[in-house]
Parts: sequence; C-alpha cells; structure tokens
Amino acid sequence: MSPRSRSSRQWVSDKTVEARVAPLFLRGQAFHEHSDKTNVSFYGPLNMSLRHILQSKPEASAFLMLMFLTLVFSLLSPAFMTYGNFQVVLQPIPEIALVAIGVTILMISGEFDLSVGSVFALSPMVMVLAMAAGVPLPICMVAGLVVAAMVGLVNAAITIRLGLPSFIATLGMLFMARSLTIVISGGFPPAFPRDLDLWWIVGKVDLLRVSIFWLLGIGILLGIWLRKFDFGSWVFATGGNREAARDMGINTNLVKTTAFILCSVLAGFAGMIQVFRIKAIVPSMGTGYELTAIAAAVIGGAALTGGIGSVVGAVIGALLIAFIENIIILTRIDANWFRFAVGAMIVVAVTINKMTRDAAGRGKHKDSDDE
Amino acid sequence: MSEPHLSVRGLHKWYGAVHALRDLDLDIPKGQVLGLIGDNGAGKSTFIKILSGVHRQTEGQIQFEGQPADIATPRDAMNLGIETIYQYTAMVPEMSIARNLFIGREKRKWGGRGFGFLDEPAMAKEALEAIADVGLHLRSAEAPVKDLSGGQLQGVAIARAMHFRSRMLILDEPTNHLSVKETSKVLDYVRQLGAQGITVIFISHNLHHVHEVSDRIVAFARGSKVADLNASDTDVPIMIDLIT
Repeated sequence: MSPRSRSSRQWVSDKTVEARVAPLFLRGQAFHEHSDKTNVSFYGPLNMSLRHILQSKPEASAFLMLMFLTLVFSLLSPAFMTYGNFQVVLQPIPEIALVAIGVTILMISGEFDLSVGSVFALSPMVMVLAMAAGVPLPICMVAGLVVAAMVGLVNAAITIRLGLPSFIATLGMLFMARSLTIVISGGFPPAFPRDLDLWWIVGKVDLLRVSIFWLLGIGILLGIWLRKFDFGSWVFATGGNREAARDMGINTNLVKTTAFILCSVLAGFAGMIQVFRIKAIVPSMGTGYELTAIAAAVIGGAALTGGIGSVVGAVIGALLIAFIENIIILTRIDANWFRFAVGAMIVVAVTINKMTRDAAGRGKHKDSDDE
Repeated sequence: MSEPHLSVRGLHKWYGAVHALRDLDLDIPKGQVLGLIGDNGAGKSTFIKILSGVHRQTEGQIQFEGQPADIATPRDAMNLGIETIYQYTAMVPEMSIARNLFIGREKRKWGGRGFGFLDEPAMAKEALEAIADVGLHLRSAEAPVKDLSGGQLQGVAIARAMHFRSRMLILDEPTNHLSVKETSKVLDYVRQLGAQGITVIFISHNLHHVHEVSDRIVAFARGSKVADLNASDTDVPIMIDLIT
C-alpha cells in the first residue's frame, strides 16, 4: 500500500494521537494544520468519482445495460431503431413504469407490494363502473384513486399494526383486490363509454402518447421529492436502517404508510391510463404486473433490503423489459423465451450491482487498514 | 452542589408482568460523567430508553434542568437536549455522512418539516465542521457512512450530538466492536464532554472503561439501584461484585 493511501483516510494520524493524548477537539486548530498536510484526499480523485457514481446511482448499471442492449438490438434487427417501432414500444411504457416507480419507492422504504397488479384492475374498475352510472369523469377518477389509496392504507395497517411481513400482507391483498374487482364488475366487463375526450391523457402526439408526459411529470416530481426533500430522505433512512431512523425522531410508520399509499395510487392511476388507451376494461387486466414491476424495480437497482433505489432506475428497468419483449417479436424468436430473458436480466443486473458494491467494500477495507 | 441537571423520582417501568425498573431515584449534577453498570436485564437499558423517549415510564417523575420533563418520543428528548448514542450508532449505512448527521433534523431551504426542500450545501458544510470539531477530518461529507470504520462512526455520532448542542449525552456501549486504539479515542471524547459541562451517562459492560472515564458509578441489579459510589472510592473488582 502506498504511503499516500495509508494517510489519506486516517481519522487522526498515529503521531497525533501519541503526541496529544489530551483534549482532541479543544485543540481543533492544531488538527487543521496537521490535516492540511496529510489528508490530501478522501479516496484519491479518480477513485472517488467512480465509486461515488456507482454507489450513489443505483441505476448506473441498468443504464449501461440499456445502452448496450439498444446497440445489440439495433444490430440484431434493422426494424428496432425505427420510428414506427418506438411508437409501438413506448406506448405501454408509462403504465408499467408508473407501477415500477411506486414499487421502487416502497422498496426503498423497506417494504414490498405484491398487490399492485390487482389494484391496477380494481381502481379503474371502480372508475368505469361509476362512469357507467353517469358520474362525471373527474369524480370517477378520484373515486378509483381513493379506493387504491385505501388498499394501500390497509396494506400498511396489516404490515405495521399486525406486524406481518409486507410480502404476506400484500400477497393476501393480491387475491382480495382481484376478487373484489371481479365481484364489483358483476362477472362481466362493463362497457367503456366511447364518446369521451381522452386526448389529455392518452392522445397521440407524433410517435408518443400524452401518457408519456404524465410519466415524465410524475417521475420528475417524485425523483426530486425523493432526493431533495426531507421526507424523501426519511424514506431512504427508514428502509436503510429503521431503528436508526426511529431513534433519530423520524416517524417510520408514517413514512411506510405514505409509501404504501403512493405505490397503490400509482398502480391505480397506471391502470386507468391503460383502460383509457385501449378503451376497454377486463377484470383480469394487470395480472402478473406485480412481478414485472418488481422486476423493473430490481433491474433498476432497487434493493430488496431497502434503502437503495431510484425513480430513474425503475423507468430504465421498465424500458429494458419492454425492449426485450420487442426484440423477441421483431426477430421472430419463440415468444416463450420472453420470460427467460427477463429472468436472466434480473440475475445479471443484481449480480452487477452486487459486484460493484462488493468492489467498493473491498476498497473500504483496504483504506481502513491504516489503524 | 447546585440543582441537579437531571433528577428522577420514583421511576417504575413494567413490560407486561415484568417489573423492569423499580422505584429509581437519581440525581445527576451538570457536567458529571456517570458510569451506569449492571448485568443484562438489570434495568440500565430500560432507564436510558425512558430518558431518550423510546419507552415511557409506567410511573414516576423526570426533571431536566429544573423543569418537569415529559418525554414521550425521541424528538421530545432531542428537543430537551438529551442525545443518545447507541451501540449500533444509529446511522444509515447507505446514506452520506452529511445526511446521517442531519437525519430527522434536516436543514431546509424552504417548506415545513416533512415538506421541506433540503439545503444540501449548508448540511455538507456544517457536517464537515461538526466532524472536524471532534478531530475527524474528511475531505467530503458526501461519502456513505458504510465506508467509515467503527471508531469513525462513533466520531460522527458524537459530532452529531455536539452539533445539536446536546446538554446531556447518553452513551450506550459506545466501545463495542471497536479496536483498542479507537476505544481510547472514544474514551477521550467522553472525558472531554464532561470537561465541557455536558452531562454524560456512560453505559458499558467493560467495567475498566467505565471506571476509567466516570466521576461516579451507579450499579443496577434486577431493576433497582444497588450502589452509588464515587469512582475514586471503588475499583473494578468491587464493581464486579456489585453487579453479580
């Protein structure tokens, strides 16, 4: 180990400790002088930036994978990088990406939601039934979102008050919410009104749908909220070390409840966008979306253990899954390989994340050898 | 002796049928380093959890700085100026030093608590100053705390308490899992805290550490205070006898 790296991270240098056994911080001035000479840098400039990016940007490896696969796919199929193809690929993206964002934020807070696929159907079902009863659209949407919020609240209550793992609580809710969707629909899908003006949410703008702007808007707002607002910081703290967060005065139950509700409401809103886009509703819509959303979250760098993840990562994860599905169609590979490819990508993405973190960890041990 | 900094009277705590703390009376003068010893289950943790707002006493009064203190939540304790440094240091490993220093008390550019936009430059600057004040010099406060060694973590935890001008510091097993050298740094800190007029309650299973830094030793056993001595009047073998 070079002398420089030895001294670079020392807390207080060896000599200093020996020379001044007495008051440390009462002699701050002397320490500043000393540190100016030895603490040239914390990690070394290059090392710092690389590690900083890998550690503070959980979506970094997903982004690299997106770039790489985009390149490979455009070589595999000339149709991939075309205007028309992107139109097809990007249209359903807001739906799954919004669900993935909610799941990611909840995972950052240290919890898990398997019921999003069912809420994806329940919430728009409530809306469509209200519309069929002649209620104005905005009120129908609010009603659907309130039902979604209530599902999130119940998930939170079961997890926090009854102390069940959220995996179990929301697995139960997966079945209950799906069942409710079918029950309230009366067993057959209600007719979707044809004469609505839905341009503001799913209208076509060139090759995109307006819903992509809803995704961008919501994504940017939530991204800023998570990274730059105190509550966002509490979400990370709650998932990263709940006991510490609580002991430092954060109401971790409130944080988790907020994340549960946010996750459910986003899933319900995403379901509404899908219903608006295809102008029909079936009670089975969104089946399996919980796993796709969790896959997108994990590929995007969210950790099951909590405290790590990002909104951008969730969107990249959703894009990666959509790209894989698309290339399988374009290259006429047997569509049954789709799940295999998604599964392989989950394993690869998480492995890369783990390796970069472990590499950072090894660097740490080397540095702290200085004692 | 002037009015005690902290004074508790008739403190009881039951966990269901378990009587974890029995009728505790204790006065601690300002600036004293009080070593609290006792075997597992003796009631030390119960006592400090009451003071730090994690649990509430079933019965009894607490007076802090001459005023009756009602400590219902950790925030209440922190608002009074009672900071607790836990053996696990209450840090979020993935978060930066600056964020950790301000957990739950973030500096905001605008907005109320829970809706506030973070003032990150101010937090980074103050975090570096705060850790420099305890003799810990790092170039950046943006590194995640998982990169720090155990002693550095305790340094950050103490810097956090100092930064928020705590008047009373509770250290729960602060030397666990630390190297010998790091331990001696932490013990140095504890002595200096007393010298600065900050009241300290120091809890450790390592009776040598307790004896080394404390002005006074209080021993708990089975939920009661069983001894209250000047540190200079006792030694480690006597302390072992007291708690076993």
